Amino acid sequence: MVKKIGILGAGKLGMVLGQLASRAGYQVYIAGSGSPEKIALTVEVLLPSAKALTAKEVIEKTDTLILALPLGKYQTLSAEQLAGKLVIDAMNYWWEVDGQRPELTDVSSSSSELVQNYLKKSIVVKAFNHMGYHNLYDEAKSKGQKKRKAIAIVGNNKDAVQKVAAIVDDFGFDPLDGGNLSQGIRMEPGSPVFGANLGYDELRTALASFETTKRGIEAKSAGNLAMK
Amino acid sequence: MIKPEELVFGLDSFGDIPQDENGKSFTQAEAIRQVVKEAKMADELGIDVIALGEHHRADYAISSPDTVLAAIASITKKITLATGVTVLSSDDPVRVYERFATLEAISRGRAEAVLGRGSFTESFPLFGYDLQNYDVLFEEKLNLYSKLLEEKPVTWEGTTRAALKDADVFPKTDNGKIATRIAVGGSPESVVRTARYGFPLTLAIIGGSPERFNAYIELYKKAAAKFEQPAYPIAVHSHGVIADTDEEAIELGWNHIRASFVRIGQDRGWTPMSREQYEGEVQNGSFYVGSPETVAKRIARMIKTLGIGRFELVYGAGGLSANARERTIELYATKIIPKVRELLSEG
Repeated sequence: MVKKIGILGAGKLGMVLGQLASRAGYQVYIAGSGSPEKIALTVEVLLPSAKALTAKEVIEKTDTLILALPLGKYQTLSAEQLAGKLVIDAMNYWWEVDGQRPELTDVSSSSSELVQNYLKKSIVVKAFNHMGYHNLYDEAKSKGQKKRKAIAIVGNNKDAVQKVAAIVDDFGFDPLDGGNLSQGIRMEPGSPVFGANLGYDELRTALASFETTKRGIEAKSAGNLAMK
Repeated sequence: MIKPEELVFGLDSFGDIPQDENGKSFTQAEAIRQVVKEAKMADELGIDVIALGEHHRADYAISSPDTVLAAIASITKKITLATGVTVLSSDDPVRVYERFATLEAISRGRAEAVLGRGSFTESFPLFGYDLQNYDVLFEEKLNLYSKLLEEKPVTWEGTTRAALKDADVFPKTDNGKIATRIAVGGSPESVVRTARYGFPLTLAIIGGSPERFNAYIELYKKAAAKFEQPAYPIAVHSHGVIADTDEEAIELGWNHIRASFVRIGQDRGWTPMSREQYEGEVQNGSFYVGSPETVAKRIARMIKTLGIGRFELVYGAGGLSANARERTIELYATKIIPKVRELLSEG
């Protein structure tokens, strides 16, 4: 059976992740912020094998979805429609797009925990957020190739993390289990791994080194860095 | 594929602050005069375009590029005087028209408005715009600007500025139209919009493999066909530094281009670019750094891969010294441009 994946967000990141999914043989369903017609041409050229649908239709078609919309807009998602789905959060706080939103950078919780808190009936796993989209596109390598780069995954549901690990691997990267969703703070903007482009061992070291950064120390004192 | 002799080559600057040989920074005023001097040099060396980008931050001296271009217009003969970019979203389309029409007059038809949303956002709070309206600001203002370009009285209504009723705007140009392009950083929506309005497209490729943009060029062409608009030759804008040897250029690029990327990235939470990432950009990515021989080969390969008609080298990023900047310009004009044409005519 053909593997399916849904992508919510048809900007730069959504398109690159869609391209990686298509390359890996997935049937991709994608929705932008407006009607499918608005992105039809873009999808036809950039993701010829994908289907552009409404967000609701994308969610109905698939059990696994990637969130690639601006983080500041996560509350525009329908928690009801996404109930029971595996949701991969690839979003980051980007003040230039999202505006000043202190709650999105608060060290007492990772941004993915806010998303999980909003999508109460979904299983949220964070992945694909910490590598720049041109690195994602250029660095994807099929299994067994040398010098593969790694993508960190965090989530509270270990079965879900396993599923996402298989997707990361399919897309062209070594999966690295980074612990519970709260550990997602180690992958956010301002952390040593954010925008880095690292192999598995280096990525593990860089995730650990977050604790020595200013933000890491703040997160620790807020009680948000206890491992598992 | 554009004929090699018809390719257009440009130089782009944001007015970075050069350092002198002792590492002391120029003042911002000195940095602006340095760009004027370099543009004159570029004109004398036969470079086709000088493009100056608008920024509103301490690391760049140019916030009013068209004013600098007006000064350049008076001491140059042939070079096209472009911006790169004019941040239309936080500007007023009527003012933009007026300034470029004035530049067009002073320069006898050498003005080119290159409009974009900008890769920085400082101009929004500065001029009282809300970043949350990022998309609608650009869309509406581009809509008005494109009407103004027809140089006839305009009636327009929108949500981002006062409405106009039969408003006639001056000066009129001798050629009847200001050359205008749209520069985009890789948002598919922006590519489609550029085609919808029938403008030529500039791609700012500041990282990663240029091949990734083939799909965007295809998108521009398909969108142009769909909207029954012409698809013009594409321009690409990328960073670089050229020196006599690869080693020297690679060191200069690390100390200045990379340093400026690190500084800018910090505001956005990016971890500093590693040596591996930097070398990846130099070898296969979007930094054109090296000796004339090396850089000519890389530019020729990129032009061939993407089938573009114009290349603009962003020179002098970071605190690169005035001497090293001028050396880049000289080598670009005298060695690289002829070599790229030669390599491309060999096929």
